[in-house]
Amino acid sequence: MASASSLPVRKFDAVVVGAGGSGLRAALQLSSAGLKVAVLSKVFPTRSHTVAAQGGVGASLGNMGEDNWHWHMYDTVKGSDWLGDQDAIEFMCKAAPEAVIELEHFGMPFDRNDNGTIYQRPFGGHSQNFGEKPVQRSCCAADRTGHAMLHTLYQRNVFANTQFFVEWMALDLIRDAAGDVVGVTALEMETGDVMIFHAKATLFATGGAGRIYASSTNAFINTGDGLGMAARAGIPLEDMEFWQFHPTGVAGAGVLITEGVRGEGGILLNRDGERFMERYAPTMKDLASRDVVSRAMATEIKEGRGAGPNRDYILLKLDHLGPDVINKRLPGIREIALKFGNVDCTKEPIPVVPTCHYQMGGIPTNYLAEVVVPKDGNPSVIVPGFYAAGECGCASIHGANRLGTNSLTDLLVMGKSAGDSMIKFIRENNTHKPLPADAGAISLARIAALDATTGGESVHAVGDAMRQTMQAHCGVFRFPDMLEEGVTKIKEVAERAKQLEIKDKSKVFNTARIEALELQNLIEVAVATMVSAEARKETRGAHDRADFHNRPGYVNGRDDQNWLKHTLWYKDGNKLDYKPVNLTPLTVESFAPKARTY
Amino acid sequence: MKFQILRFDPDVDQKPYFKEYDIALEPSDRMLLDALIRIKSIDDTLALRRSCREGVCGSDAMNINGKNGLACITKVSELKEPVVLKPLPGLPIIRDLIVDMTQFFQQYHSITPFVINNEPAPEKERLQSPQERLELDGLYECILCACCSTSCPSFWWNPDKFVGPAGLLAAYRFIADTRDHATNERLDNLEDPYRLFRCHTIMNCVDVCPKGLNPSLAIGKIKEMMLKRAV
Repeated sequence: MASASSLPVRKFDAVVVGAGGSGLRAALQLSSAGLKVAVLSKVFPTRSHTVAAQGGVGASLGNMGEDNWHWHMYDTVKGSDWLGDQDAIEFMCKAAPEAVIELEHFGMPFDRNDNGTIYQRPFGGHSQNFGEKPVQRSCCAADRTGHAMLHTLYQRNVFANTQFFVEWMALDLIRDAAGDVVGVTALEMETGDVMIFHAKATLFATGGAGRIYASSTNAFINTGDGLGMAARAGIPLEDMEFWQFHPTGVAGAGVLITEGVRGEGGILLNRDGERFMERYAPTMKDLASRDVVSRAMATEIKEGRGAGPNRDYILLKLDHLGPDVINKRLPGIREIALKFGNVDCTKEPIPVVPTCHYQMGGIPTNYLAEVVVPKDGNPSVIVPGFYAAGECGCASIHGANRLGTNSLTDLLVMGKSAGDSMIKFIRENNTHKPLPADAGAISLARIAALDATTGGESVHAVGDAMRQTMQAHCGVFRFPDMLEEGVTKIKEVAERAKQLEIKDKSKVFNTARIEALELQNLIEVAVATMVSAEARKETRGAHDRADFHNRPGYVNGRDDQNWLKHTLWYKDGNKLDYKPVNLTPLTVESFAPKARTY
Repeated sequence: MKFQILRFDPDVDQKPYFKEYDIALEPSDRMLLDALIRIKSIDDTLALRRSCREGVCGSDAMNINGKNGLACITKVSELKEPVVLKPLPGLPIIRDLIVDMTQFFQQYHSITPFVINNEPAPEKERLQSPQERLELDGLYECILCACCSTSCPSFWWNPDKFVGPAGLLAAYRFIADTRDHATNERLDNLEDPYRLFRCHTIMNCVDVCPKGLNPSLAIGKIKEMMLKRAV
C-alpha cells in the first residue's frame, strides 16, 4: 500500500462530495462561475437518492390560490416544533419560488394547470394564513418529482461542463493544523486507487444515513458518509436524535408511498375502517405533519386497531380518487403498490407503516451552508473551507421534524447557497492552503486494516446488529430504559465494527470493502443518534419520549425552558454539547413557541 | 433456490465463468435483489451495483434468465431455476455483474441532453399547456439503466456510432418539449447513416424496458420528422 506522502494529488478550486440534488445544484453554481470543480459520487449522478423523491417541492408560487413565503415559513417553524433556526427558515422559504422557477427554466417537466402554470398539490403541514386550512404548495412532476429534478440538474451540469468523478467514494476529510478544510481523500472503486483531492473549498452533499435503521425508505447508498467523515475529523453532529418516520412506507418492504397520495385525497384507515386522523388532527386530518401522523398510526397499532391478521399495519385508501386521477397524478405509486404491496390501489387500500425516512440533523451549518462549530465560547464559528448542504447539513431548517416537500426545497436553496458561498470564499482566498504532511494517512490505515483483519466479523452481521438495535431502541416511540440500554448496545456494536473482516481482497470494484467503509460511517451516525436521543429529556417533533407524554407544564411534551436548544455530539468521548436555537428571523417577527395542533 | 452467476475478477481470473449458488431464501426475500444480497452475505466477493431497490435509480440492471431487467423489481417467485445471471450484454465487463457503461453514457451525452432555449428567461415559469406537457410522458421517466440499449443488436454492433434506444428516447424528449428551440439542430445531429438509422425496429428495447417506455415509438417519430423536413 502506498504511503500517505506518495498519494497522487489533484487540485481543484472546489470539490463537491455527492451528486444528489444539493451537490448538483452547488456544482452548477460553481461551474457556471468558471471555477474548476470536481464532483465525486459513489454512483452515477442520476442514481443518487434524490431520484426517489416523489411528491413535490414546496414553494409559495400561489398558482392554485393565495400563498406567500411568510405562511410557508410559519408552517416550517411550526413543523420543526420550534427547533428550526428561523433565519435559515426565512431564507429558504423566501428563496424557494425563484429556485423552482429556475429549475423550470432548466427544463424540469413539471405538471401543468390549464393556464400553463406549474401544478401544485396539497401536502402535510402546509397551510394558508398561519394554520387556517390546507394550501396547495407542492410543485410536482406526477409522483416522480425527485427523478425529474435530479435528471434536470444533471442535464444542466452537462450543459455547464461540470467534471464528474463517478464511482469514487470520499474516505476522509483533510484538515490542516489550523483546522481549516483543504480537501478529501477518495477511493476510485473501479481500480481501488486512493487519491487526494486538494481544494480551496470543500462541500459535503452526501445525503442522509437512513440505513442505520432496519426499516427504511432509504437507498442502500444512504450511509452517512459525510457525517462519518466529519465526525472522525472532530466536527460535531447536530440534532442527531431527530429522525423522520414517514407515515407511509409499504408494510414489510419499506418502500416509500408519497404523502402526495393524501395530498390528492387519500385517507388512512384503521382495522375498523375508521378515518382515525380526524381524532388526532381535526383541522389538517390526514395532512397533519409527518411526526403527528406517524405517532397516531403507531398509537392505533399499539392499541390493537391495526389492520391485517397481525394488526400491525394501517390502510392507505385511495381507490375513491378513481383510476383517472391515480394514473395521471400517482402512476409511480400504482406501480410500487402492485410490485411491493401486492395490491391494485385503484381497487384496494395499500398496507403501510411508519418507516425511517429522513435525518433532520447533520453537520452544523448556517444558512450560507458554511460549517460552524463552537469555539472559545462562540457556538457558531466558521470552519474555513468547509460547507455542507442537503440532508447531510443542518442549518437548521427542519428542526425536530421536516415538512413534506421541504427536503427538495432545502437541497435546491441550500445547494445554491453553498455554491455562492464557496465562490465568494474562493475569490477571497484564491490559493490552495498547503496539505498537511500526513494527509491521507488515516484513509490508508483504514483500508490497510480492512485488508489485514482476519477472524473478525462480517459487515453483514455487524450491520444487522446496528440496524436491529436502532429499530428496537430508537424508533417512533422512545422509552428511557430502552434508550439507556440502547446506548450500551450500540457502543458494543461500534466496538465490533472495529474488527470487520472482508473476504474480498481484490482491487477491482471491491464492493465488500465499500460496504465496510460505509458501515464505519453508519456506525458514527447510529452512536450519535442513540446518545443524543437518550440525553434529550422531552418530547419534541420526531423525538417522542413516552415518559414525557401529558406531563404537566410541558407543551405537547416539550420542555422549552430546558430543551429549546440544539444538540451537538462529538465522536471524541461521545461528548455532548448544546447551542441555542436562533429564534430571530432575518427580517420578520419571530414566531414564538406555542402549542402545536393540526 | 439455485443460481448460476457469471463471475469475473480481472485481478485473479483469466476469463469469466459461471458460479453456482444454492441458497435458502427467507420469506422477506421477495425480489431478485433481496436474493442477491442474501448471496452476498454468504459470499462477499460477488460484485454488483444497487441502490434504491425500488426501480427508480437504474443501478441493478442485469441479464436475468436471458432477458435484461432490474433485479430489484423482478420477483423471485416468477423466475425459472436455476436463475442464470449475467452482466448486461455488449458492454465490457469490469467485474462480475458490473459493466463499463462509458459508451452508453457517451451516446446519451451526444444528443445534447438539456433544454436549449436562448430567449431571455421570463420572470415566472415558461407556460406549457397540460396537452403540451403530456407529450413528455413516456419519455422523461427513463432511468438510464441501459436495459434497452444493451438488448439492441444494432447497439451491440455499433455502440460507438449508433445512439441506441435510450439516447434516442432522450433526444425525442427534448424535441417534444415546447420549451426547447433546437429541433432542427437536434435532427441535424442525428442525420447520419448510423446515429438514428441503425434502428431496424427489432423492438427488443420495448420488450425489456422496466419502466414500460417505448423507445421504438420515439425513434419512429424522429424518423418521421426527418422525412417531413426533407420534403
